[in-house]
Amino acid sequence: MRYQIFKIGLSIVSLLPAIALTLGAINDELGANPIEVLTRDTGEWALRFLLITLAVSPLRLSVGWHFLAAVRRMLGLYSFFYAVIHMLLYLWLDQFFDLSDIIEDVIERPFITVGFISFLALIPLALTSNDGMIKRLGTQRWNKLHRLVYYIAIGGVVHFYMLVKKDITEPLVYIALLAVLLGIRLYRYSRRTWISV
Amino acid sequence: MQIKKNKLGLLKDHDVTDEKLYLNRRQFVSKAALLATGIALPSVASAVPVIEAPEPKYTDLLTSPFSATEELTKYQSIVSYNNFYEFGVGKQDPAKNTTQFPDKSEPWRVVIDGECDSPGEYDLDDLMKPLSLEERIYRLRCVEGWSMVIPWVGFSLADLLKQAKPNSKAKYVEFNTLYNPQQMPGQQSTVLQWPYVEGLRIDEAMNPLSFIATGLYGNDLLGQNGAPLRLVVPWKYGFKSIKSITQVRFVEKQPKSSWMIATPSEYGFYSNVNPDVSHPRWSQSRERRIGEFLKRKTELFNGYKEQVSHLYTGMDLKKHF
Repeated sequence: MRYQIFKIGLSIVSLLPAIALTLGAINDELGANPIEVLTRDTGEWALRFLLITLAVSPLRLSVGWHFLAAVRRMLGLYSFFYAVIHMLLYLWLDQFFDLSDIIEDVIERPFITVGFISFLALIPLALTSNDGMIKRLGTQRWNKLHRLVYYIAIGGVVHFYMLVKKDITEPLVYIALLAVLLGIRLYRYSRRTWISV
Repeated sequence: MQIKKNKLGLLKDHDVTDEKLYLNRRQFVSKAALLATGIALPSVASAVPVIEAPEPKYTDLLTSPFSATEELTKYQSIVSYNNFYEFGVGKQDPAKNTTQFPDKSEPWRVVIDGECDSPGEYDLDDLMKPLSLEERIYRLRCVEGWSMVIPWVGFSLADLLKQAKPNSKAKYVEFNTLYNPQQMPGQQSTVLQWPYVEGLRIDEAMNPLSFIATGLYGNDLLGQNGAPLRLVVPWKYGFKSIKSITQVRFVEKQPKSSWMIATPSEYGFYSNVNPDVSHPRWSQSRERRIGEFLKRKTELFNGYKEQVSHLYTGMDLKKHF
């Protein structure tokens, strides 16, 4: 029961950025270029939720916050949720769903290539983030598949780093956070104290 | 405290918790919610206040045959969505950080020197005295892929340059922005090399489209738009149109602009708007006109082909990007 309330509460909090952006867009409060704000912010929230998801296991192992286990898949799904909006904004408002333009963009622009592949890789993870699929795949295979998330996270921060015009402060913050989260895993793995939790 | 049970004999949260604590907790929850919303709303919470367009100050401006007839970008957008790294790298930073800029207590000085017969240092008022102000409605295309239509107020760059009588060695014109890290806090960071430098070939500078703006929408420029005087070269990407100019120098060799120094592989000297020459990292074939929903096609030389294409005959625009 307590988990249920925690889950619902966290779910609402996770939706706040989407609600804020929607209200901002409706009330014309996103500045002169609202589409840029929507695209950038949904991309950043996808990245933030991905990093939060990756912080769950280290927090369980180091601080003992095991209650987070119940919401890890949900946090990952919120990353996917924001990534889907981010992608749809790009496909619709930047490319008008023009397939040949999209293909050209994906092939010719390395930052789009990296972002696009990372998004595609998120899809199988999102589709298998439910109890039924864990049972069907078996824990071991499921864990193996979901190790993709490390590459996706690297792809996500690289995508951000590559698109910034000049001031790289923000992407560097994400790169540093990801380095810590992956570093903890490597360190524990090398000392054989890492367990998939 | 006295504990009361309700009909079903069940306790409520506020029965078992001391009332003060209970209220504190509620306060905490609402504060946390507020904080979460604050984090979620950075772009909304920090929005620039609406700046109303003031009554036009100049009412007898000359009109120009070069003026575009497209719908004007809203005043609010023009004064709140700016790239002016001297005041921060965020789009809204310049509007927030230029409330005291330019410093009105001292006159703005402009040096015109280099390869010319009448160099000099002028107060802006003296510089402008012989020139008559006109309105030019120009498209502005940013290298980032957005565009505006802006009714500038100012004068032809050629009219200013001719006063200094450039000599035969004057092959290029170099422009500098003010260097003053106290007034321009962005200059305390090393994101670009300061002062901001831009340049034009002399024939580009003398082209009738090249313009010095001192105002927009019938009024004087605000700090975020490059007050008190800035360059406007509408067929080139916006960063060529250097703001808050303090120095104009005629030179023999091609100047190196701040962006050329920062990222030579991405920003060249010419930087002409060209849908067929991509930025190394993104396409330039389309642009988002501020205020519009879908992107529109970008035109060669930003639609000013007729006036400027002769400047580049025989040049490989992919090589001279």
